[in-house]
Amino acid sequence: MSAAAPYPTRWRPPPFFGTRSRQNLAWVAAFAYLVWSVSTLNVDVKRTLAGFGRALDIFARMFPPDFERWELLVKGMTESLQMAFAATLVGIVLSIPLGIAAARNLAPRPVYLAARGTIVVGRTFHEVIIAIFFVKLFGFGPIAGLLTLSFSSAIFLAKMLAEDIENVRTGPIEAVRATGAGFGQLVVYAIVPQVLTRSVGTAIYRLDANVRHSTIVGIVGAGGIGQTLSASFSRYDYDFSLAILLGIIALVALGEWFSDWVRGRLR
Amino acid sequence: MPAAQEAPSAGGARPLLAIEGLAKTYPGGTRALDEVTFRVDRPEVIAIIGSSGAGKSTLIRCINRLVEPTAGRVLLGGTDIVKLAPKELRAARRRIGMIFQEFNLVDRLTVMENLLSGRLGSVGFLASWMRRYPPQDIANAFAMLERVGLAGLHDSRADALSGGQRQRVGIGRALMQNPDLLLVDEPTASLDPKTARQIMRLIRSLAEERATPALVNIHDVALAQGFADRVVGLQGGRVCYDGPAADLTPEVLTRIYGDEDWSRTIRKADEDEA
Ligand SMILES: Nc1ncnc2c1ncn2[C@@H]1O[C@H](COP(=O)(O)OP(=O)(O)OP(=O)(O)O)[C@@H](O)[C@H]1O
Ligand SMILES: [Mg+2]
Repeated sequence: MSAAAPYPTRWRPPPFFGTRSRQNLAWVAAFAYLVWSVSTLNVDVKRTLAGFGRALDIFARMFPPDFERWELLVKGMTESLQMAFAATLVGIVLSIPLGIAAARNLAPRPVYLAARGTIVVGRTFHEVIIAIFFVKLFGFGPIAGLLTLSFSSAIFLAKMLAEDIENVRTGPIEAVRATGAGFGQLVVYAIVPQVLTRSVGTAIYRLDANVRHSTIVGIVGAGGIGQTLSASFSRYDYDFSLAILLGIIALVALGEWFSDWVRGRLR
Repeated sequence: MPAAQEAPSAGGARPLLAIEGLAKTYPGGTRALDEVTFRVDRPEVIAIIGSSGAGKSTLIRCINRLVEPTAGRVLLGGTDIVKLAPKELRAARRRIGMIFQEFNLVDRLTVMENLLSGRLGSVGFLASWMRRYPPQDIANAFAMLERVGLAGLHDSRADALSGGQRQRVGIGRALMQNPDLLLVDEPTASLDPKTARQIMRLIRSLAEERATPALVNIHDVALAQGFADRVVGLQGGRVCYDGPAADLTPEVLTRIYGDEDWSRTIRKADEDEA
């Protein structure tokens, strides 16, 4: 090292907000916003403390978990699982045409815009909101849950598929097109081989997610174990609630383990 | 420019390929091709040379309309490809084989599937999806595999091959179409010099065997001279030379590429033909 290097010896990455003072200002603003949010939410200290007290009471009444009505538990869980499987399957089937239509490099412009629009609108609403809507249409029960999860799976899988298709290598597409292949053949020969492994992985991930979602949508009456849970809470059967919660934990863990196992095998 | 360009040529013989006033302006205004006109009367290997951006790839892609030309005609055996509706265009593409610099194989498919994809234009959707190709196609594919020097590799995945091997599959795929014309875009730019020569030799001998004319974009002037009958030089999207490969002189190369010392580029007579 030369003694008097004419070059700087200190270097810091440029601040994200342009200058250092602007960065500090941003921090102050963020903190002020936090204070303002909490103060306007009417966080009532007394009620919050009472909530903690009630929580202790509920926890105490939860023990020991009551598996007496295990038939109800099993019925709910089976319904949830069936809902998750069926919804994933329907979602996959629906997502293929929608995903292809939403891929910029395959679909004509108007089709692309329509499909993207559908996906954007579909993703705007959380599953629970969609479930409320379907419960209003079809009444309480697993049909509403199935439709909810099918719908949201189709939208999610289509979005992922479209993005995978857009990231495909263009060379093989050009080559297959140059042989005089039709659109279907182009998809089957140049696109499918490039996106298949990833898409199967995504579908399995979605199945796992649907197992979790199926326990949630029941809370608004769309069938499955969630509906059983919600009913037990409203009847103050907290010991049965705990049994259901343990069941859900087992179910979700099982789903996660299965999804990991399949995706591990795919590579 | 050769004189025999106007009028339904002497003897009335239809040209194998005639390109007339072909122009391409990309959205954004780049004028990549400008009034390109030449014709191919015999099955010969034509090297298209020119500096980067001269329009070589655009020219080749306008012929099978992977790029839509802005103006002009491309007559293949008398039909104007530029005018064809989508369905007829697919039929015309079947008659044009294409070979790429990046090979453009489908990596996750086997060598056999890549070869058979050359038949996609002639096989129905379901049959191709289920990989049920006519027995004759399968026999031809095995013969082709042997001809390009890859016998036994039919079940290998395309991404398990070396660059030279991949290009052989690419060549096989194009020839599986039994094309009336071969379009080749820089077949050797991703290969080492020795493999490059082998690949050029293979393309040339296959084109000769089947009496198929071939248009080959190439950067390597020595390689162009060694393996082409004729050279078309492009400069700024215009044809600035069209003549026998043997007649490339430093003056001509200066016209195509600009000033340089060309003495060491031009091929000494019959260097190493194998
Ligand atoms: N898709 C495109 N959109 C816009 N301009 C393009 C496009 N493709 C090529 N061009 C432009 O057209 C001109 C000719 O490009 P082309 O690829 O045909 O040249 P080339 O002779 O094949 O060059 P190279 O030897 O580098 O492959 C260039 O100026 C290029 O920038
Ligand atoms: Mg090019």
